[in-house]
Amino acid sequence: MNLVTFSGPPSSGKTAVILKTIDALQNRDIAVGVVKFDCLYTDDDRLYEKAGIPVKKGLSGSLCPDHYFVSNIEEVVQWGLANDLDLLITESAGLCNRCSPYIKDIKAICVIDNLSGINTPKKIGPMLKTADIVIITKGDIVSQAEREVFASRVMTVNPRAMVMHVNGLTGQGAFEFSTLLYDDELNIETVKGKQLRFSMPSAMCSYCLGETRIGEEHQLGNVRKINLGDQNE
Amino acid sequence: MNKELKNMKIKKILEKYPYAKTFLEDQQLSIDDQELTISQLYQQLTLEQKEDLGLDIKQLEASLDNYIEQMQEFIGESDDNNTVQSLTILAGKDKDEQAEKFAELKVHAGEIISIVGPTGSGKSRLLADIEWTAQADTPTERSILINGQKPDLSWRFSGGKKLVAQLSQNMNFVMDLGVEEFIRLHAASRLVKNEDEIVARVITEANFLAGEKFSADTQITSLSGGQSRALMIADTAILSRSPIILIDEIENAGIDREKALDLLVGENKIVLMATHDPILALMGDKRIVINNGGIEKIIKTKDFEKELLIKLKKVDNMLSDLRNSLRYGKELTDNPNLTS
Repeated sequence: MNLVTFSGPPSSGKTAVILKTIDALQNRDIAVGVVKFDCLYTDDDRLYEKAGIPVKKGLSGSLCPDHYFVSNIEEVVQWGLANDLDLLITESAGLCNRCSPYIKDIKAICVIDNLSGINTPKKIGPMLKTADIVIITKGDIVSQAEREVFASRVMTVNPRAMVMHVNGLTGQGAFEFSTLLYDDELNIETVKGKQLRFSMPSAMCSYCLGETRIGEEHQLGNVRKINLGDQNE
Repeated sequence: MNKELKNMKIKKILEKYPYAKTFLEDQQLSIDDQELTISQLYQQLTLEQKEDLGLDIKQLEASLDNYIEQMQEFIGESDDNNTVQSLTILAGKDKDEQAEKFAELKVHAGEIISIVGPTGSGKSRLLADIEWTAQADTPTERSILINGQKPDLSWRFSGGKKLVAQLSQNMNFVMDLGVEEFIRLHAASRLVKNEDEIVARVITEANFLAGEKFSADTQITSLSGGQSRALMIADTAILSRSPIILIDEIENAGIDREKALDLLVGENKIVLMATHDPILALMGDKRIVINNGGIEKIIKTKDFEKELLIKLKKVDNMLSDLRNSLRYGKELTDNPNLTS
């Protein structure tokens, strides 16, 4: 089974892109399943179900969604194998733009959209910087110039990635993208022993442990202070 | 990272590859101390800064390496070796697996080809085949040649190098910038040398196409539909790197469509135009008829069609005169040509 991780800011079009791409993969008789990771709520699993795609969802609740992802990915892989999938896709939202669930040697896709503004590529951390393929969506509603500027900004922060435009509504580009997803050579039986591409944010402070009171005397652990001097942080 | 770069001080890197500054800035790395190498710079970062960077040293070095490689390629493209003089479409099959009814279609730079066919007939697929430089590996099994040869794979995989630029009716400007600022941003991303000159030219040409003039400091989001369209076309003609332009209808309001096509053709672009507007369709040298997923036929624009086009343009001008009269508060008078 192949494993591919999708990630990207909320509402960037991940689910739409995945659905259109699976369409193209199913025409090649590749059995695809999806596991959707989110925080509090998602009904995207129903969209996959409606399309006849085996799907599971995982809600992290009060936990950091990407920590939750790593803690569960091996079980998810075993679920995919048990269901005889050829390709397992995980989908997760990069909610703080800092996290990235990408694993070394596992294909990593970042989905971002043209409407998010040209400075967004700079604001997204490892999720964009260490992706193998960057999919840019919503290109049909902005000008050619904005598309070109946006793509060049993406290329500046992640020059190694292949950058593609896919339209999640019409599916334009999805067939082409689908040809890059499955590879007979990349089958895996487990992700045990593999490593994340980049460490997840380290936040272990009193508030992680349930503190609600405000004030320096209540702050313990990994605390970082804003710089309000002349220099901006 | 290549060895040379690894041992180079930042100062040297910036001397040799000035654009690397953008890369380092976008990674939010301070370049105040240019006597350091990249890995020394990385070592000096605090743990927090390393976290914020989101890359480890290997990834950072590899990224810079790739960036420089891509930019060198980008700059090294002289106009000669990057020019697309012709595009050839080799026939594939339609949705019923029937061979398309043509063998090959060769389109030269500066030509306009119209694409007609009902919704869902396969126009988008044709465009996608071109964009992906298909090699009998898409559902239609068409193949695409550039300058008569199998195209370089970089047309598929390189982020900054796209074969097709698109202009469609649904497109809008979403950035909140003035016209000049905006065009400058685009020019900067293309690393053009004579930026001032090119930016001025885009704005002049756009004004030439637009019915109502606009100034360089107008906010792009407050341009009218026609002005936006004019600016998008002028910008794409002059600043886009893509040699093929796909136009999905141009609404006939506030823009001189003939001048717009002249501008694109004058910049040696190949223009593909999906349209059912007779005036636009007949401006093409040929038109491709698409049906059931395949190209059904290719019609060369006939002489009598060109004569018809002249008449259609007269009607069109008449309507746009009336529209202008309305806009400026005049009363409309009967036109003898209308009552025949």
